[in-house]
Amino acid sequence: MGAQNFIRLTEAKDLIFKKVLGLCGLIVIGLVLGIFLTLLSKAALSMEHTGLAFLYQTVWDPVREHFGALPFFVGTMITSILALSISIPFSFALAIFLGEYVKDGPWSSVFNTALDLLAGIPSIIYGFWGLFVLVPIVRSFESAMGVLPHGVGIFSSAIVLAVMIIPYSASISREVISLVPEDIKEAALSLGATPFECITKVIFPYAKSGIFAGVLMSFGRAISETMAVTMLIGNSNKIPTSIFSPANTLASIIANEFAEASEELYLSSLVELALVLFFVTAAFSLIGRIIIKKWVLDK
Amino acid sequence: MINKRIRTILKGTVLTGLIALSLVGCSNQENVKELQGAGATFPYPLYSKMFDHYHKEFGTRINYQSIGSGGGIRQLKNKTVDFGASDAFMKDKVLAKESNPILHIPICLGAVSVSYNLPGTSELKLTADVLADIFLGKISKWDDARIQSINPETKLPNLGIVSVHRSDGSGTTFIFTDYLAKVSSEWLNLVGRGKSVNWPDGLGGKGNAGVAGIVNQTPGAIGYIGHIYAEQNKMGVATIRNKSGEYISPSLASVSNAANTEIPADTRASITDTGAKYGYPISGFTWILSYKEQKFNKRTLEQAKETKQLLEWMIGDGQRFTEPLLYAPLSESVVKKAQDIIDSMTYSGKAL
Repeated sequence: MGAQNFIRLTEAKDLIFKKVLGLCGLIVIGLVLGIFLTLLSKAALSMEHTGLAFLYQTVWDPVREHFGALPFFVGTMITSILALSISIPFSFALAIFLGEYVKDGPWSSVFNTALDLLAGIPSIIYGFWGLFVLVPIVRSFESAMGVLPHGVGIFSSAIVLAVMIIPYSASISREVISLVPEDIKEAALSLGATPFECITKVIFPYAKSGIFAGVLMSFGRAISETMAVTMLIGNSNKIPTSIFSPANTLASIIANEFAEASEELYLSSLVELALVLFFVTAAFSLIGRIIIKKWVLDK
Repeated sequence: MINKRIRTILKGTVLTGLIALSLVGCSNQENVKELQGAGATFPYPLYSKMFDHYHKEFGTRINYQSIGSGGGIRQLKNKTVDFGASDAFMKDKVLAKESNPILHIPICLGAVSVSYNLPGTSELKLTADVLADIFLGKISKWDDARIQSINPETKLPNLGIVSVHRSDGSGTTFIFTDYLAKVSSEWLNLVGRGKSVNWPDGLGGKGNAGVAGIVNQTPGAIGYIGHIYAEQNKMGVATIRNKSGEYISPSLASVSNAANTEIPADTRASITDTGAKYGYPISGFTWILSYKEQKFNKRTLEQAKETKQLLEWMIGDGQRFTEPLLYAPLSESVVKKAQDIIDSMTYSGKAL
């Protein structure tokens, strides 16, 4: 009897565990779907009123109720892509350094802790650091270059964004690089490959889909970052003319104007901006998945 | 078998939990007196001080969430709060949609300072049209003849002007743009007034701190900032020429003075560009909003009476908290009007 009860109990535990896991999975799907449906229903008024013009109109005027999302879309893409291109060399170098050269020992834990700390700093701290330390430097750089020395703008926010996203891509890439099997690396070295050749010809091809996943994740972070960008981008609702101009992003205009928006159409237009942001994020994650899948198959 | 047993156990637990929760809910409603409010962030320091004292004095707890005027109005319309709060009065068009009229009760006054960063300049005078043209981007240098001619004692530098505005929707922006729309027809036609507008020129900073940050760092910058924030941070502010031709700097007295002018009975009035002789022209009220008919969303008579008592205290005894926190108090004539508005509140059609 006792043994049977014990078996029953373990079975029951197993069952509960499985159900809980399944439930968690369902909740995630339900949440994403719920967010999407909420955005869709709240944006309905704006879609009806502005139609497709919402996506290509360049004026955002809450007073006259003209709403166009293009400046924010352009601002988001330029800042994120610029931030990504600044961050990639650094995060690759870091990942190779940490995954290949200082894999263990005291220095490794110092570097890794520093990297994790960098990821844990609240974005408002980055924002203030940017505003009070970086912006004056950028301003003097701008006056030396002969452009209007605003200081704040796309360039400043891209630099701060780059610093913010480095830990994401670097730590994922580090993990992936350290997972490359020792024997194939040793095989390459024994064939006379230099460490550099080993990295570019063996480790990188082996780890590229994982590295790309890390880059993608940091890109998603850059697109949706709100606080630090709002503080540094200059918040000008116009299509930027250079990388030094002030601009605005989807996330930042929503954060700026949502709290005080009381007219229905205005509110609905802000929600439609959120919907655009939702689609942009979804599109990039989908494209990323396709690329990763392709690379995995290529192997 | 086991499956079934677990299910019954789970069901039992959930049920007991729900019963327990509902019991807690019941006891709360009967014993603790509490009012809910939501809205403007600008008067939040004052309100939290007032509500704290009110709680100590009368035992009623006021739960105020400073989520912004827009959020406050939304929550009032959804009838999830007893009162809302806003720095901008609601438009006729929006009010007309409500079957139960929304009342505006003024609580105090705030002002908007114009702050600037001009190395070596400690005093700056501005007129309304110059201020409008600076923010329109039409005057782009500090040594422009129009600025220089109203500041004959100061030698203004040959420096580009960077105008700075609030990027977040805000009552401060409403008061500032309302002023510019009154004094410049070009501003009215091109930009208009609102808590967020389509700025023709310049940079945006988030919050008073964001604008102040950019102004302090950028030589040649000019921006508008909540008077209290500018005062607390000892920022240099410009004196503005008012309608009567006086150059006035923002202070408690000059802001209170601004309300000494004709105000309609429902107090939904902008007092920017005031006709009062020593009034600071970029000033405005901040209001508490509530329904005229207090019986909404199953509210009890007790709740309605409590709301009325709170509002009367805020425009009466509660006014003593305004000045220490740098808010300008209501003038006597405005208090009288506010009292009339509060007296018009009803419950089930009967006066409270």
